[in-house]
Amino acid sequence: MIELKDSGVYRSALPMKRNGKVGNALFKIAAFIAAALIPLVVIMVFVVLFIEAYPAIKTFGVWHFITSKSWDAVDNHFGAFTPLFGSIYVTLWAFIFAAPISIGVAIYITELAPHWLKPIVTTAIELLAAIPTVIYGMWGLFVLAPVMQNHVEPWILDHLATLPIIGFLFNGPGIGIDTLTTAVILSIMITPFMSSLIKDAFSLVPEVVKESAYGLGATRWEVIRKVVMPYVSSGIFGAGIFAIGRALGETMAVSFVNGNNHNPGSLLDMLSLLNSVTTITVTLADEFTEAMTHLYLSALFYLALILLTISFSTLAIAKLIVWRLERRWKT
Amino acid sequence: MKLKKVLALAIFAGSLQGAMAWTITGAGSTFIEPVMQRWALHFRQATGNHVNYQGIGSGGGILQATKRTIDFGASDAPLKPAELKQRGLIQWPDAIGGVVMGYNIPGVGNYQLHLTGKQICDIYLGKVRYWDDPEIKATNPKLNLPHIPITPVHRADGSGTTWIFTNYLTKVCPEWAHKIGFNTSVPWPVGIGGKGSEGVTNYIMRVRGAIGYVEYAYFKQNHFNVAVLENKAGWWVAPTMQTMIAAAKQANWNEAMKNDFYMELPNPPGKYSYPIEGPTFVLLPKGKNTNSYVLQYYTWVFNHGDADLRALDYITLPDFVKKEIMASWKKNGLSW
Amino acid sequence: MEIGKKMENVRIKARVIKSNIIMILSTLAALYGILFLGWILVSIIYHGYEYLNLDFFTQDPAPPGMPGGGLRMAFIGQFLITTIAAFIGTPIGIMAGIFLAEYGRGTWWAIFIRNLADIVISMPAIVIGAAVYVILVAPLHSFNGLSGSVALSILSLPYITIATDEMLKLVPKEMREAAYALGAYKHYVIKKVTMRAAKTGILTGVILGLARMAGEAAPLLFTSFNNDHTTFNLLKPMATLTITIFIYATGPYHEWHEQAWAAGFVLTLGVLAAVIIAKYLVHGGSFTAPFMYVARRMTKINKG
Repeated sequence: MIELKDSGVYRSALPMKRNGKVGNALFKIAAFIAAALIPLVVIMVFVVLFIEAYPAIKTFGVWHFITSKSWDAVDNHFGAFTPLFGSIYVTLWAFIFAAPISIGVAIYITELAPHWLKPIVTTAIELLAAIPTVIYGMWGLFVLAPVMQNHVEPWILDHLATLPIIGFLFNGPGIGIDTLTTAVILSIMITPFMSSLIKDAFSLVPEVVKESAYGLGATRWEVIRKVVMPYVSSGIFGAGIFAIGRALGETMAVSFVNGNNHNPGSLLDMLSLLNSVTTITVTLADEFTEAMTHLYLSALFYLALILLTISFSTLAIAKLIVWRLERRWKT
Repeated sequence: MKLKKVLALAIFAGSLQGAMAWTITGAGSTFIEPVMQRWALHFRQATGNHVNYQGIGSGGGILQATKRTIDFGASDAPLKPAELKQRGLIQWPDAIGGVVMGYNIPGVGNYQLHLTGKQICDIYLGKVRYWDDPEIKATNPKLNLPHIPITPVHRADGSGTTWIFTNYLTKVCPEWAHKIGFNTSVPWPVGIGGKGSEGVTNYIMRVRGAIGYVEYAYFKQNHFNVAVLENKAGWWVAPTMQTMIAAAKQANWNEAMKNDFYMELPNPPGKYSYPIEGPTFVLLPKGKNTNSYVLQYYTWVFNHGDADLRALDYITLPDFVKKEIMASWKKNGLSW
Repeated sequence: MEIGKKMENVRIKARVIKSNIIMILSTLAALYGILFLGWILVSIIYHGYEYLNLDFFTQDPAPPGMPGGGLRMAFIGQFLITTIAAFIGTPIGIMAGIFLAEYGRGTWWAIFIRNLADIVISMPAIVIGAAVYVILVAPLHSFNGLSGSVALSILSLPYITIATDEMLKLVPKEMREAAYALGAYKHYVIKKVTMRAAKTGILTGVILGLARMAGEAAPLLFTSFNNDHTTFNLLKPMATLTITIFIYATGPYHEWHEQAWAAGFVLTLGVLAAVIIAKYLVHGGSFTAPFMYVARRMTKINKG
């Protein structure tokens, strides 16, 4: 080992601070504190929510709160079922709409787009992700909802509501402020995110594997479906779940076109796409600043805690799935 | 050095400006919001002080005033003396306004739809689902009511307008009184929720077949159609200044003044009275250092604000009530 | 034999047709996404452009029903709150990213924090706003702009951390080793060598984080609240463009709707411009790089 001694040459080459060692340690500590802030913030949010939600947790319990459909500020009786169902249901439909689109976009960008078109299409999809959520909501309310109310939903009511077995999905007032419009907007919002993750997953497949499949005479679709997708299936799956975790937390875009309806009726009514439900985020946005009793506010925090837990778990599970995939295939 | 001097001067000047003009923040009822904005504008023109008002709903006004995150709250749902004491609030009315039933029915124009209290109840209970239902046709024989579904719009947020509206329904419908009751937020059996009176007005104007309840001022400033209602005396009254003033005259202020101004006005007696109406209130959180500013503002409002009220068709308080209000401030130990 | 071969051909053709159909569907999917982008942008431009005038930027609002007025308080408030959030989040984010890349690369806790950061970015923003309300609004007895900045910085912090981490990882280790060989201390190496090399990428991350923050409204609902007047006081409620759009768009007045569109126009333009600028930085500071590439390919001049 060569010992570097303090000689004039070194001194002029790099100006050394006399307290270099102390500075070093301070810097490391500062960086450590900064990094530690991230888990600290997460813990803080959970703790704060739990403390605020505690009166409601004590009053309503866990199972009873989750299954209770009532939301009564007069009698101070609250239950999470309706907003929870709404959050999950709207996100589910958004996922159903977004998944094929995202896969299609990913396929197009990786396989079909001519070299010069790739960056343009990729940028276009990225811009879609950059549009602020308030704008999506406003656009949904002013542009999409009237189109849905005046053109799309009457068609649905006339042709699809009378179908046997699945007809109940399409029965409702059809005023454009409902689950369908919300799901469409939400699906457009999560598509860029999901397609980018799927694109990344596709690129994990080595060219060699694909080329050998082509060499055997497979068509493009067969290569994708039978070689690429199974290869990265958990990556695609993880992408979907990640997008779901994200969509669950969306407030603005949803609240414009949702209707905050705490009483959609029977379960069959709640399942209808043309009916409006409420979600946890919309309930929070609409009612937080005015929950008049302490228990009401606490119930809202309880809702927030439930949402945070579900969203966090969903994202964590998705991360786990993708991580295992990358560990297996990434060199 | 020069830069530092300029900076110091700027900060000094800014703080001087700040020391001379103050800002207070109020929040709550969207009922009073249209006129509150005008009061704030004219008050600023007269005194240079700012009143920042956010219409988040009466429920919000009550809550944030209780939590003392705002300087005054506004609510159309009055609080009873016991509750005021518990929350540490002082209450007084600042205006009276009517609540109209707005609707969006193709082919039916303004003041054409006639509705009784029971019919409104049945609509909001979900018992009457289509506009051409025989129950509605009964009072509207000449109208060509289409077969479209009724979408009852209510307030999604905690609303004093809801309080006034459901108070009315409770008084005209035993079924509603039994099942639902009146409050700033109730478990609505059917319908969609709009945020603030703005949200409800928005839905009424946009959604075909909608019906909703909003303050008269929103009807005046936007263009939708409102219904003619049957009052307690059995007469059909449209929401106009005459009918609303007639209803306001029925207010029993003497009784109210014994109870920190708590009053339930809806469905008053009288041939010309408009049935859905009520006063709107101010809530002052006791002990905040901005209390004197709020009282200065409201002194100005009582002396100069009537013109703005009348411009938007609100009902002004009788002079003797205003005097009583200011006396109650002194009684509560406030100074301004 | 002949029939067998014909069947074979038919089957191959069927598979090819099926593949082509899926490819067409994928192209349609991409078109669908671009169609919506176009639709939204055209709506914003069409509706927002006509209401833009000088008053819009220099006046506070007039009461509804009275003419004139603008959204000056929203522009100033948005700028203030976003900038302060950036001041809070950027240094902490960069330091955290440095810690992950330089001090903890490969360790389990660095991977843990890194994944946690990814999750925090996608957490429900409104829930974070509710938590900040408890900590910074209720105790102070006033809605305030500062709490809004804090809520936004919680959302941008993990974003900048990850961007910094990624960019620092891209710096070749030879550069660091050269500096160490000259006898420099670690923090010196990081500050003067590694960070300098990665600064473009980190700047991109900061700009993108800012753009994302500027578009948020949910966490501001119960923190910075809203104000009808221009104010610079961070300890009082402050207006923002996003909240104003939310309030005005859900209101009934036609003037409010017009102003909401105009505000949306400015906001979207700003955010998209930031994203495009970030991309420009990544392409080595050349606006024309992607287009030159396109031009070159199209005229088949290959730089080999």
